[in-house]
Amino acid sequence: MNVAETVFIDNVPTTETDASPPSVTEQKADEADHVLDTMQTQDFPPPSTAKDQFQEELVIKPLHSGDIYASFQFRTQWDTDFLLGSKVSHYRLFPKSLGQVISKFSVRELHISFTQGYWRTMQWGQPFLPSPPGAELWVWFQDTVTDVDLAWKELTNVLSGIFCASLNFIDSTNTVQPSASFKPLGVGNVTDQRFLRYAVLPREIVCTENLTPWKKLLPCGSKAGLAVLMKSEKLFHSSFHSQALHIRPVCKCKSTSWELRQTLNVVFDLHTSGQGKREWSLFKMFSRTLTEACPLASSSKVYVDITDNPQGELFELSPATPLVSQAVVLGDGRTYSVYDLTDHATFGQTHSLNVLLRWRAAESGEMLRPLLHGERYVAGYGLQTGEIHTLVYNNHPYRAFPVLLLDTVPWYLRLYIHTLTVTSKGRDNKPSYIHYQPSKDRLQPHLLEMLIQLPPNSVTEVTVQFERALLKWTEYTPDPNHGFYVGSSVISALVPSVVAMDTNNTQERPLFSSFFPCKEESTYFMRIYTEPLLVNLPTPDFSMPYNVICLTCTVVAVGYGSLYNLLTRTFQVEEPSQGLAKRLANIIRRLRGVPLLT
Amino acid sequence: MGTAGVSASCINMASCSSLKILTLLSLFLSPTIVETNNIEAKAGQFFSSGHTNNWAVLVCTSRFWFNYRHVANTLSVYRSVKRLGIPDSHIVLMLADDMACNHRNPKPATVFSHKNMELNVYGDDVEVDYRGYEVTVENFLRVLTGRLPPSTPRSKRLLSDDRSNILIYLTGHGGNGFLKFQDSEEISNVELADAFEQMWTKRRYNELLFIIDTCQGASMYERFYSPNIMALASSQVGEDSLSHQPDLAIGVHLMDRYTFYLLEFLEDIHPSSTTNMKDLFKVCPKSQCVSTPGHRTDLFLRDPGSVLITDFFGSVRKVEITTDTINLTAPMVHLEDTRPVRELRTEIQTYMDQLPVAEIIHQVKHTHTTNDNNRCLSPDFNPVHTSGLTPPPKHQVVAFLVADWCCLLPTSGC
Repeated sequence: MNVAETVFIDNVPTTETDASPPSVTEQKADEADHVLDTMQTQDFPPPSTAKDQFQEELVIKPLHSGDIYASFQFRTQWDTDFLLGSKVSHYRLFPKSLGQVISKFSVRELHISFTQGYWRTMQWGQPFLPSPPGAELWVWFQDTVTDVDLAWKELTNVLSGIFCASLNFIDSTNTVQPSASFKPLGVGNVTDQRFLRYAVLPREIVCTENLTPWKKLLPCGSKAGLAVLMKSEKLFHSSFHSQALHIRPVCKCKSTSWELRQTLNVVFDLHTSGQGKREWSLFKMFSRTLTEACPLASSSKVYVDITDNPQGELFELSPATPLVSQAVVLGDGRTYSVYDLTDHATFGQTHSLNVLLRWRAAESGEMLRPLLHGERYVAGYGLQTGEIHTLVYNNHPYRAFPVLLLDTVPWYLRLYIHTLTVTSKGRDNKPSYIHYQPSKDRLQPHLLEMLIQLPPNSVTEVTVQFERALLKWTEYTPDPNHGFYVGSSVISALVPSVVAMDTNNTQERPLFSSFFPCKEESTYFMRIYTEPLLVNLPTPDFSMPYNVICLTCTVVAVGYGSLYNLLTRTFQVEEPSQGLAKRLANIIRRLRGVPLLT
Repeated sequence: MGTAGVSASCINMASCSSLKILTLLSLFLSPTIVETNNIEAKAGQFFSSGHTNNWAVLVCTSRFWFNYRHVANTLSVYRSVKRLGIPDSHIVLMLADDMACNHRNPKPATVFSHKNMELNVYGDDVEVDYRGYEVTVENFLRVLTGRLPPSTPRSKRLLSDDRSNILIYLTGHGGNGFLKFQDSEEISNVELADAFEQMWTKRRYNELLFIIDTCQGASMYERFYSPNIMALASSQVGEDSLSHQPDLAIGVHLMDRYTFYLLEFLEDIHPSSTTNMKDLFKVCPKSQCVSTPGHRTDLFLRDPGSVLITDFFGSVRKVEITTDTINLTAPMVHLEDTRPVRELRTEIQTYMDQLPVAEIIHQVKHTHTTNDNNRCLSPDFNPVHTSGLTPPPKHQVVAFLVADWCCLLPTSGC
């Protein structure tokens, strides 16, 4: 990231005191101060007159199955207005490529995630920020945009160049406009869903080429701070890897400011990364230790979840830290040990921090059962019809709550909506709201949104039958026998909380607990994704044209050729050739002029 | 020459004397003439290649895990080209399948070129421009000729001009006159030759180096007819290019022989080396490669012996050092923020309710009136009238559902 360059250019006029014009503003002088501060590599946070700030966090949460969950959160917050007035041209911490995208396409909110693997809710609990397998992109445009579809198409192409992903495959066949889900996560009053677009590419592969540009958007790049831990060889050797980017306007006192959050969630498996031994450390997970905080960050912290370990009887955490923080996360009060990287004492004598968790007891207690859980699968046999089953579990013993189920099914699975049934506990459960948009062949997918009230301690099953379409032969992918993916269902819910949630949105809280805005104390908002489906469509044998041509030509050649020969061939009698002695005798006789032998 | 002239035509004294003066003068001048010739030669060598920027288009056309070696081939050329100075913005890398994060890969995020996992050519800083299903014949030809849709990002374009030297590397499965893309389509040598001719007429390259590592690769460059193209292939027509060595841990062949020895050759090149193309032609003789590599230089105007490897594989910029001072314009004046700072907004901005249940249930569907799909709703449709009685909200929802479902009737043509 060429942050140093831009800062330096700003600095040039101010060093020459006689050449500097008198109209240099106060803000410029402050920025020059920041330059001097950072160039002297002090680790104080920038003065409060700075208009943008950067925070980074790493949360480490040991899971009950022996795996470990690490979540990086980077937040850049900038008090500026991209969309009104003059063009923004001085970028400091906020990446310029994203700023230009926001102003050019009049984007109000942008959420994009790339995920490899599927989050196993029943074994791992709930993630801080959920994401479906593959690539997911949803965008709220400003109400000044006249042609939302055109802006969406151009935006997906630009993002595919920025993130080296095939997002240009997002077109009208996999884009939907949800009518009730995906309300904006930032501040604002506009909720006209015409300006919302949602698309998911379940087949999208995530690899180092997506991580590289993502890391380059961070102010310190991957050179300082928590981002040095992001080594691709370790990050992709995991059960679950998800990197996401969220841009939204947030509340900051009297004005709005823009927030860019970059999150990276990874779950390391006990057996593949941990070699079966229940001992985790930063070095074992990432093959690196931390040596310094990002100099541009105002706060840089590592949180370790010690809620299940109040007296240290389950695992031992070293190096010891006196800082402890409590937060309400996902409806549960958790306790965290905090390592503050902006404090030099954290790094100790060796100038490196390697957080080590060593398990003492083999047994770990009972995991808090997740209150909401979803599953999805395809039933049926053959290549003509099938049935999609979606199961939503409400594990709360006595509270019922509503969920909003969003299903996007590609056009080549023709859904029979008259067979849609929603049953809970064996009885019919009529949704209080259904929005269905039928598909058009090769133009748009099915969109089904339902608001269902889940009874307490129950399983709700949503089934719908479908028929598989036969595609045109040019529409098949180069490997059609792999199957075709159907994107995950999205289940948005207001889940009752065990502990009172904090509704004060302006207070300083750890980043991982403050993503979804909280309106009420007794419930919190959660979004979960089901598995994507893989269905086989009736696939033709692509070698058949070649086979048919060969066979037909052979039949025609053999059949017609033989018939033609029989009809047109004439037969002539041919004398058998004579032996050698007779031929010599004939030659002598010819010379003598005597009649030849026959 | 001067002395011979003196001896041959020294007939009369006057001409002899003038000729003598001439020879003396020429003797004095010749060292200076030689010296200026030296400077000119040096200058000529300095500007010999005529290019100012370098581009590379590296394409792997094979899909499926057992074609791991083709991805490794392309990535090893990518690595060499990056190491010698061509930046990512000037490289168009097309990989038809993902091997590094493939679930069959025992070491994710790595692609190895040497057995025992010695060299990871995938690295930590790779940018793939076209990947997976995007690698098609159409996209490849569009990249070469520049005819891309206007919304294509810059990293996916070949923005070369008439002073660019372009390296094009293709690998995959091929045959006599064609190269297979992703097991479903193919590009023929005629199409490729026409694409290069289009590039020439549109002035999209100064010189082009074409390397192909497939079976019967020499057939792909037989049909070229545009000037300034040099081509190398890993095998002649009728021969197969063979793979190098399998790795038992990964379970597939890691590299093809020609590219393996090409990589070894390129590892010895550094940005200031003066190795020329004649050494490149000698890479992988028949004893190592089993197939006979071929090359074609008849369309190339310069002598291959004078063409440096770094003219194509590296990005050697020509630097001119000057001692003149240049005055920059007056220092930048930071404009005052003339917009009035809007301290208090007229409406208080708050976070939205993420799941407003009551609002959703009573949501009036604007989508119906704007959706041309809905021919069932007449402009004066009123749910009250269809249901026949004053409906409580429950019936309104039912009426909306009826309205929805009437669109699903096959006869309505929605």
